[in-house]
Amino acid sequence: MSEITQSQGGAIDAADVARFSALAAEWWDPDGPFRPLHRINPCRLQFIRARAEEHFGLDAKSLHPLAGLRVADIGCGGGLLSEPLARLGARVTGVDASAEGIAAARLHAREVGLEIDYRHGTAEDLAAGGERFDMVVAMEIIEHVPDPQGFVTAAAASIAPGGLFLGATLNRTMKSLALAKVAAEYILRWVPAGTHDWRHFLKPSEFARLLRHAGLSVTCLQGMSYDIIHDRWTLGEDLDINYMIAAVKPSS
Amino acid sequence: MARNDTMTDAKDLEADLLISGGGLAGMTMAIAAAGAGLRSIVVERMDPASLTDSGFDGRCSAIAFAGWRLFEATGIAALIDEHQPILDIRVTDGHSPLFLHYDHRELGEGPFGQMVENRLIRKALFARAARMAEITLLAPDGLDDVDFSATAVRARTASGRNIRARLCIAAEGRRSPLREMAGIGTIGWSYGQTGIVCTVAHEYPHRGIAHERFLPPGPFAILPITGRRSSLVWTERNDFAAHIMGLDDATFTLEMQRRFGDFLGRTEITGPRWSYPLTLQLAERLSAERLVLIADAAHGIHPIAGQGLNLGLRDIAALAEVLADAARLGLDIGSSDVLARYERWRRFDTLSMVAVTDGLTRLFSNDIAPLRLGRDLGLAAVNRLPELKKLFMRHARGTVGELPKLLAGQPL
Repeated sequence: MSEITQSQGGAIDAADVARFSALAAEWWDPDGPFRPLHRINPCRLQFIRARAEEHFGLDAKSLHPLAGLRVADIGCGGGLLSEPLARLGARVTGVDASAEGIAAARLHAREVGLEIDYRHGTAEDLAAGGERFDMVVAMEIIEHVPDPQGFVTAAAASIAPGGLFLGATLNRTMKSLALAKVAAEYILRWVPAGTHDWRHFLKPSEFARLLRHAGLSVTCLQGMSYDIIHDRWTLGEDLDINYMIAAVKPSS
Repeated sequence: MARNDTMTDAKDLEADLLISGGGLAGMTMAIAAAGAGLRSIVVERMDPASLTDSGFDGRCSAIAFAGWRLFEATGIAALIDEHQPILDIRVTDGHSPLFLHYDHRELGEGPFGQMVENRLIRKALFARAARMAEITLLAPDGLDDVDFSATAVRARTASGRNIRARLCIAAEGRRSPLREMAGIGTIGWSYGQTGIVCTVAHEYPHRGIAHERFLPPGPFAILPITGRRSSLVWTERNDFAAHIMGLDDATFTLEMQRRFGDFLGRTEITGPRWSYPLTLQLAERLSAERLVLIADAAHGIHPIAGQGLNLGLRDIAALAEVLADAARLGLDIGSSDVLARYERWRRFDTLSMVAVTDGLTRLFSNDIAPLRLGRDLGLAAVNRLPELKKLFMRHARGTVGELPKLLAGQPL
């Protein structure tokens, strides 16, 4: 795929619209198949907001702190992160390799009245286009790509000098094998069996190395823990299962 | 209320919140939300001018300590022309000697609460809202048609305006039409008693002391208001209350004086009298798709003397915080998981409050009593309920977060 599909027009038949609309409804149902992402989303957004506040010196209480920033959401899926980022004021470009996901995301954004530039494509496609973003987020995506270094290098290429990279993935530990893979897929059935291949999970040190090779410097690592009693995720120091990483591209 | 939009031509309005009801709860909600930058459209059937007229509502509200802090944190308190601090609460069993006595100095946190005339609260709310660009008041106007979908609330007003919002808040009082429309049922019961409310002028100053007496038919409360005046909340069984309400002024005054006593010198009734059946009503749920219930629409503990307002202020503080937290993360403030957080937070507090008040009511005597609800919420609550609530909270540890920021007097 060498070109990012950006066309809004073109004939989409009614059956497709119905299918994408059903898919959008699935993506956006907090109790639907994407429930785990909905549960984890506030935590991811807290991390994104905090890092952006620090890095760009933003107002902690503003409802639109990202106003004026260009943000790329790579692996945006149905837009679960792209929409909040757009509400926070960012000009968001959402990129996903799934054409259906992108179609669903577009429909939903229109329904809720948000302007988001959704494109079918990959990180590499985005980089090839030559655009530069103040912030690139890639959450829960690197464990699904065949070439993690290529992915990170492409993501880094899309960041403007002095910009920010924010990533999230699953650690490769016995605990994550037990919880994120076995428990989540087979016992709790949070995600369909086979969603994740544990061998593709990255240790924080490995993720950090990929980022350094792409010319970024890592500034922050934070874990996410699941609180089973309140059924919610919280930010913390424990990196053993889900964690997020921030890195900065040098100014010059 | 940068403007009262019934005067402009714009037919289509868009906001974060559509608040149905511009009474005490609805306006306070809009102001609390505006403090976090959330924009509201408030739709109220009545004309604000008539709502602030003393003829419309001469009643007073006992605003508990925490609720007053919310008023302070949101800039409302400063606009309330006059209010009477409650410095001391004396509870007696009939005319027998004192058996409970609360002095605010024991707590060292200031007065138990403030007695304020409802019309002065309304006036302050309208004045505060008028200075906030985030608030648009449509009044007098009504909601003709409301449609809740997975992505938005759309409504049409009687004046022909189309509104689009992310969340609708029902602040419509006990008979909430939106609650019914959403199919949310209520549970509740009646106490077979009626609360009679009136204002009494007296010869001697009350020194900020509230009196609570357990008389055989039910509690009799004398609540200090500004000047040499007190607000009276007087409970009788339904049939006798109807009889009393039917008396001419002179006889009604005599009945009042027999119970009131002469410890404040000569007394006379000023202004009208009101009566309300004492009932308890709880909504089965606090939210539905894109809809959330607050204050009396969610729980009518009972309507006398605005005591239930304190519970409503707790709803408002919790909801404003939940919405602000979600909005600051860019989350959809009308989504079901955001509303679920409010529901969890408030459900426990409301139920424990009801359990405490209703339990105490029944404990104290078989047929005296539900005015305890009122007293507990409005007055003694400030002192006694926190202790009882701590007990409940220990049993349900973890289900209740901390006090909402606004009730702790902090900005959102």
